[in-house]
Amino acid sequence: MTVLAFDGVSYWYAEAAAPSLQDVTLAVEPGELVLLAGPSGSGKSTLLQAASGLVPHFHGGSFAGRVRVGALDTREHGPAAVAAVAGTLFQDPETQVVMGSVRAELAFPLENRGQSAAAVARGVEEAALALGLGGLLDRRTHELSGGELQRVALAAALVGRPRLLLLDEPTSQLDPVAGDELLGVLRRLNEEWGTAIVLAEHRIERCLPAADRVVELRGGRVVADEPPRRWLARTRATPAARLLAAAGIEAPPPVTVKEARRALAGLIPSDAEPPSATPPARPRRRERRAADLAVEDVWLELRDGPAVLRGVTLHASAGERIALMGRNGAGKSTLLKTIAGLLEPTRGRLRAQPVALLTQHPGDHLLRETIGAQLPDSELAARHPRDVSGGERQRSALELVLRAGAPIVALDEPTRGMDGERRDALAARLREHAGVLLVATHDAEFAAAFATRAILLGDGRAVADAPPAELLSGGWYFATQVARVLGGAGGALTAEQGAALLTRSAPVPEAAA
Amino acid sequence: MSGRRARRSALHATRAGVGGAWCVALALVPLACQNPLLLGAVLALDVAVALLTGLARSLARTAVWALPFALLVMLTNALLSRNGATIVFRGPDLPWPGPIWITAEALAYGAVLALRMLAVLASAAFVGAAVDADELLRALRRASLRSGVTAALAVRLWPVLRRDAERLADAQRCLPGAGASRVAVLRAVTTGALDRATDVAATLEVRGFGSARRPPRLARPWSRHDVAFTASALALLALAAGVLAGLWGGFSAYPRLRVAGDAPTLIATAALVLCVLAPFADRRGIA
Repeated sequence: MTVLAFDGVSYWYAEAAAPSLQDVTLAVEPGELVLLAGPSGSGKSTLLQAASGLVPHFHGGSFAGRVRVGALDTREHGPAAVAAVAGTLFQDPETQVVMGSVRAELAFPLENRGQSAAAVARGVEEAALALGLGGLLDRRTHELSGGELQRVALAAALVGRPRLLLLDEPTSQLDPVAGDELLGVLRRLNEEWGTAIVLAEHRIERCLPAADRVVELRGGRVVADEPPRRWLARTRATPAARLLAAAGIEAPPPVTVKEARRALAGLIPSDAEPPSATPPARPRRRERRAADLAVEDVWLELRDGPAVLRGVTLHASAGERIALMGRNGAGKSTLLKTIAGLLEPTRGRLRAQPVALLTQHPGDHLLRETIGAQLPDSELAARHPRDVSGGERQRSALELVLRAGAPIVALDEPTRGMDGERRDALAARLREHAGVLLVATHDAEFAAAFATRAILLGDGRAVADAPPAELLSGGWYFATQVARVLGGAGGALTAEQGAALLTRSAPVPEAAA
Repeated sequence: MSGRRARRSALHATRAGVGGAWCVALALVPLACQNPLLLGAVLALDVAVALLTGLARSLARTAVWALPFALLVMLTNALLSRNGATIVFRGPDLPWPGPIWITAEALAYGAVLALRMLAVLASAAFVGAAVDADELLRALRRASLRSGVTAALAVRLWPVLRRDAERLADAQRCLPGAGASRVAVLRAVTTGALDRATDVAATLEVRGFGSARRPPRLARPWSRHDVAFTASALALLALAAGVLAGLWGGFSAYPRLRVAGDAPTLIATAALVLCVLAPFADRRGIA
């Protein structure tokens, strides 16, 4: 029996001029994993909200057509009833956890269904085991990291063993390691439990290998509903697919890194070794003094808590564009806040020209009545910051920070929830920046596109500081997809660099297996 | 959100209903009693409990804002009360409130009110820091579903809004020479509260909260700590009842101070110390 069916669904948010969904028809069968693709604002989140019953029951607006979740018609059954069939996970883990402890959070959905105490206890234990949360069960939710919160929220969505899982960019706040772990769990749920999954995600290359179908939305319409390989052949949406296309290799577009490597067997030059990761030379005294930013042996130790920064040293001058990378909790945001003067180091010295910092929540920078009060020439000048989309708010805040005229600009995860097109545009804009640029990011593809230098933070320390070609070509997690396909050869990070390496080293074959 | 951490004392290890009831019983003693000897003992016991439960910092935080209020209560009573026979200060005759006399009795009674307030607030701090709010909310949902919804939303929303306020204030310091007033930040947090409440409410919806089922009754075995704290709470109630019945802890402030220091009061004070501290003696199974 079809687990999710949209039949001619159109939807307008209250007072919206244009529909967010237009005549959407699709069906998801049990055990399928469907990837929702499309640019920001294309209707992916609205589609998921319609599937969970939040649209129209919770958000109001005008609704036409019919959505069936299992045997439930969402026009007759609200989100609470639909929750028995479909588990839902949104982007922001902070507002998805409603109880004070992990155990209470997992028990909550089962209690709401009126299950017996024994069934609740059993369900909590099983969900915790399935997601590796056994050690967290008695932790307070406000003590958890973003990655842990997201896993708890996923467990809460799964605890009732739903037949369908609806996920809206679940990895957008996670580092590559935590993101891969979460996707591994989803694959297991899908393959071993037969849970149908509908997943909206911008980082397509991560999810494509697990997908059975790709549904592409544009302007609220379904413009494609096809197997991943056919969709990829048409869109070349992953770096590996672009690499093969740019190198002129006529092979089926690779869905996985493994397939791409197979397609390139024998073509990767054996003499193009990965650049060696040599420790950077310490800048001379004169260079250190002339630097616009000097962070010297900076520590930040929390009262009654851990040391978040442990002796970080960093010098940077105008024209340097630095990507700060590392796992959630490695100290990236803390370092940026310390440099911007929001936090006081407990040890060490810090000397910096004026800094403009974009925090992880761009809307926080826009407190005036209109966007025009801070950005008079913006096309959104007459609008209130709360009335524009998340993407528009993000772009406005970014503009505000970049125009502040500060010699040092620091951006904390500026590409979160950003589609590929906008990410490329931002990278191009950042490449024009003349001062010191520091960007904390989990996105290796983005770092490769703008950075002249990459620093890997681990446990509050700078564990590597090198040009991106060195740092992002040799790692397992902090590496671009092209670097993984080429095994780090020649330090190529982007499809264009990879294609140049391949075409320089060998004649392009007419066909590669 | 409560600051309750992982279990580290017998009070933390007790079920929420019993822990909450014990804190309430501890607060009932100063509410029922005005005798400085017993009140002093309650306050000393509050400090001891804070040390035994590792909540000294929570208690200190409460004291930082409660002490000025307590002082204000004491001074207000001293300035406005016309009772008491021992005048210690004769001030000017004002159009309102008239002649200012400060009596030793009014000062002492103000101090008693302040002590009672501090003792009750200390108990409230223990409820917030050592009792599982989720379990209490769960009990509330069993009793009244709608109230449970409101309380759950409010409890969850409070820390979210507090973090929003911290973030917004930080963001205003992120541009050189820029900044917004505290009023602007406060306005943004309050107007954003509706958005945040909508987000949290949407999560409650997709977790099935609207299905209006009451949570099941938990068949949880009574631990040694549940039993000990229940016995202690009952004994505290008996002590408070004895004060109300005039069996011990007598006190009158006006016209002259009279503080009972008789044998029943001394025995009641000793019993109070024993009742409060005894449940903490057994540390088995608290981790």
